[in-house]
Amino acid sequence: MAWEPRLIVIACQWCTYQGADLAGSLRYSYPPTVHIIRVPCSGRVEPEFIAEALKKGADGVFIGGCHFGDCHYKEGNYKAIRRFKLFKRLATDLGVEPERIQLEWISGSEGKRFAEAMTEFDAKIRELGPNPLKGGANV
Amino acid sequence: MSKPKLAYYLAGGCGGCDMAVVDISEALVDVAMALDIVFWAPTVADVKYKDLEAMPSGSIDVGLFSGNVRNSEHEHIAKVMRDKCKILIALGICATSGGIKSLVNLHTTEQLLETAYINTYSTDNPDKVFPQTQYVVDNKYELTLPKLMDARTLDQVVKVDYYIGGCPPHHEHVAKAVTALLSGQLPPPGSWITMGKAVCEVCDKNPVLTGKSKEFAKSVKRIYEGTPDPEKCLLEQGYLCLGPVTQGDCGSKCPSVDIPCRGCGGPIPGVKDYGLRAVSAIASMLDNEELVDQIPDPVHLFYRYTLAGSFLGKRLKR
Ligand code: SF4
Ligand code: SF4
Ligand code: SF4
Ligand code: FES
Repeated sequence: MAWEPRLIVIACQWCTYQGADLAGSLRYSYPPTVHIIRVPCSGRVEPEFIAEALKKGADGVFIGGCHFGDCHYKEGNYKAIRRFKLFKRLATDLGVEPERIQLEWISGSEGKRFAEAMTEFDAKIRELGPNPLKGGANV
Repeated sequence: MSKPKLAYYLAGGCGGCDMAVVDISEALVDVAMALDIVFWAPTVADVKYKDLEAMPSGSIDVGLFSGNVRNSEHEHIAKVMRDKCKILIALGICATSGGIKSLVNLHTTEQLLETAYINTYSTDNPDKVFPQTQYVVDNKYELTLPKLMDARTLDQVVKVDYYIGGCPPHHEHVAKAVTALLSGQLPPPGSWITMGKAVCEVCDKNPVLTGKSKEFAKSVKRIYEGTPDPEKCLLEQGYLCLGPVTQGDCGSKCPSVDIPCRGCGGPIPGVKDYGLRAVSAIASMLDNEELVDQIPDPVHLFYRYTLAGSFLGKRLKR
């Protein structure tokens, strides 16, 4: 069977998750390779979550949170971006392709942007090919 | 009652952990006297591999294994130790998590040999002679050397019953562990032997312990930049101290002399990947996003002692 990417999207329940919902109600289509996990806030996303997804064979991990100023818990997204950037530097230095991990702020009203972002992410990962970590690294 | 039998093996380590164990004999003559040391290679006892191999399975009560597994000989003895010892303990951060020496996994064996035998300034090797795993002298004597491999933690090779962090573990901590062992007061198998507190919790610079709250770091500094205020938390001052995520069984040795903790104690309980948790803790303590880019070389900072045991274990493209 031809390879199909598996994309994990970790979405904040107050914004990106609702953006996904809106994309659905407005019938914007986005690739079926996307698997969404809902979290209370992007500040809840630990580097371990991203690593775990990659280790278990996700071909890409996308984190979606509220725009600055809109985080329900005020500072969760500021913390999220610091952690994300530092994790990305660490992982990239160790040879993980930086394109496999992304973060973007997508609000609940940006259904269209959500669908676009997913389509772009899917295309980028198809270009990159399967995650070389699959079954390879330490478990 | 006959004395419990102890075996000790130093694999890909430096001998520092051996010293930490030898050091307890002063404080605890009774402990040392209470043990029958049946094997301690290569540093202390003159017992050969073949003697260890000849001992019955499960005949040794406790095995201490220090150093990481870096070559075929370490791997073989790790398996022999597992077979002979009822309880096998990974002693020190090399055995538990890879140690500083597992940073070799950032490079291939070929690259490392090239550096050590050709490119170093003080090396004179015009014929490009490299160590061989097999060599025949005078057409009749066959000599062998172990084969180098990526560094691994002990538990990536055999099942481990207990873990003791530290580089080396502080001898008082080793003494406590040995006492617990001899009196049968051990945590459930698979655990780290630790008091369970982070370095921060035993650090006298910690503002939280005096009822204040911890401030964000407003800069990122290397230890040679400026002189830290000895009264203040190093992390607040921008020195990236890993005390929040490191087991404090050393009693906060480094911060007590104004040096940031680098994580030799190993991860606080519940943490699988030390470096990732450290990334999370440090990023959370930084005042702003720009500071993230000022951290020089995150791999050597966050995985200094734990690369082999990390989720990747090595650099993927070398
Ligand atoms: S943990 Fe440290 S002291 Fe122990 S063997 Fe490894 S490098 Fe040496
Ligand atoms: S971060 Fe370091 S200096 Fe600050 S309280 Fe923790 S151990 Fe002490
Ligand atoms: S303070 Fe940290 S680096 Fe220093 S001895 Fe303790 S655990 Fe090791
Ligand atoms: S609530 Fe959405 S990022 Fe914090």
